[in-house]
Amino acid sequence: MSIEIKNISKSYGDLKAVDNISLDVKEGELFGLIGPDGAGKTTIFRILTTLLVADEGSATVAGYDVIDDYISIRNHVGYMPGRFSLYQDLTVEENLKFFATIFGTTIEENYELIKDIYVQIEPFKKRRAGKLSGGMKQKLALSCALIHKPKVLFLDEPTTGVDPVSRKEFWEMLKRLQQKGITILVSTPYMDEAALCDRIALIQDGKILEIDTPQEIITHYPKTIYDISADNMYELIITLNKYEHHYSVYPFGEFVHYTDLRKNFNPNQLQQFLEESGLTNITIQQTETTIEDTFMELART
Amino acid sequence: MKNKNVIQVKNLTKKFGDFTAVDAISFEVKQGEIFGFLGANGAGKTTAMKMLIGISNPSSGDAMVAGFDVLTHPEDVKKSIGYMSQKFALYDDLTVKENIVFYGGIYGLKKKDLKIKTKALLHELGLDDVADELVSSLPLGWKQKLAFSVALLHDPKVIFLDEPTGGVDPITRRQFWEMIYKTAHNGTTVFVTTHYMDEAEYCDRVSIMVDGKIEALDTPKNLKKQFQAASMNDVFLKLARNVE
Repeated sequence: MSIEIKNISKSYGDLKAVDNISLDVKEGELFGLIGPDGAGKTTIFRILTTLLVADEGSATVAGYDVIDDYISIRNHVGYMPGRFSLYQDLTVEENLKFFATIFGTTIEENYELIKDIYVQIEPFKKRRAGKLSGGMKQKLALSCALIHKPKVLFLDEPTTGVDPVSRKEFWEMLKRLQQKGITILVSTPYMDEAALCDRIALIQDGKILEIDTPQEIITHYPKTIYDISADNMYELIITLNKYEHHYSVYPFGEFVHYTDLRKNFNPNQLQQFLEESGLTNITIQQTETTIEDTFMELART
Repeated sequence: MKNKNVIQVKNLTKKFGDFTAVDAISFEVKQGEIFGFLGANGAGKTTAMKMLIGISNPSSGDAMVAGFDVLTHPEDVKKSIGYMSQKFALYDDLTVKENIVFYGGIYGLKKKDLKIKTKALLHELGLDDVADELVSSLPLGWKQKLAFSVALLHDPKVIFLDEPTGGVDPITRRQFWEMIYKTAHNGTTVFVTTHYMDEAEYCDRVSIMVDGKIEALDTPKNLKKQFQAASMNDVFLKLARNVE
């Protein structure tokens, strides 16, 4: 096991940020911690990277205990925290050199590992980090987190606030890194990124809702979901919420994801109801469950 | 009233020395429209928005927002719009009620009106019980909903939302959009930027900026046809290739 967490809890005053969490991450796994802001993701990361001490429980990273062997952990992990945390007034090259030196290595020594990533920002190596765009900052931060060839890479919401193109490219980079044998623990509020992980833990309000492969989690979803569309999305949502048999009504882009209370639901009946309510161009079609559907169902109290 | 333009932009440009961040963009937004303003990081979105809300002067070109010229009457623009971003919305160390009263004051609401609106707002959002709690104690989703409502206290013609749902849980995200729908339905224009491509689908029209220019502007339906894409995500990927 690359990461072992046993019954970890952490509170900030009255707020229980992490509530009795246990999970394992296998060596070489790309593991996703999926949940919204305030779920406890950053707190877990800080405990695992030895920046915060838990109130209860124990954890090991790469075989080292987070309390007793914290120095060893710090030598063997790479950490990319939520906000851009590099030195804004050092250049790209200076930042990289700085981190390499701190970890007792050189840029050249492990260059192969970061080459794919670094070549994209190399043309800007004399530019100050603060002047880089969001996507470039990400690439630099990732390079600095890898420069010492860590065994485990911690990425805390690396794609939050980043556009879809950069997000896609970033995950392609992660997959390539995984092939080089690095264990990666990444957190994200983006449910579609969850599908790209080997296994995921869905987390909300400090508690784990479920841990499994994305595919397995989807099969656990109990209901059949229907894609519904009409000319006016707003009217559609209001009308569906008025339908007495509705269980959930959630907009999902151009469709509404609808589930019914009844086991033997007949879409034709619903179609009639919608037509009678004055909606036009109605389509109702069964659709595949996504991680987001599952998350919302699990988080529903 | 849906035909009136509440935002009118013509060849709007912003230069920083040699670098052209916003390159002669032109577009219009109608009253009551939900307008999605998208673009890759570094495309010039934020720079453009800053000009529209009256906090940055254009280098050249024109922009009219809520009836006022952004270059000559930025203060009137600010009084006539609502603004909410994920980075800044409410004061964490004031209570819910104090925030509402504070912003109401800033927007120039009369005491009597403010009192009525505060009560109505607290009730509508279900915040009666936490009115005297510090905003910092609220979950992020509640904060976002409150910030949105506060930005509408003075009944502005248009509200600017800068990535309002970043990091928020999926259920609250949708509740937030239901609030946006309701607001637009009541005639307020909503100008929103987002990185969630499913949210782009909720907009009446969407513009996508690439390298300072607007490379696409149409309804989500037409954009998908134009770019032969199954979703707005695909449209975006096809258009906003990373050119840095």
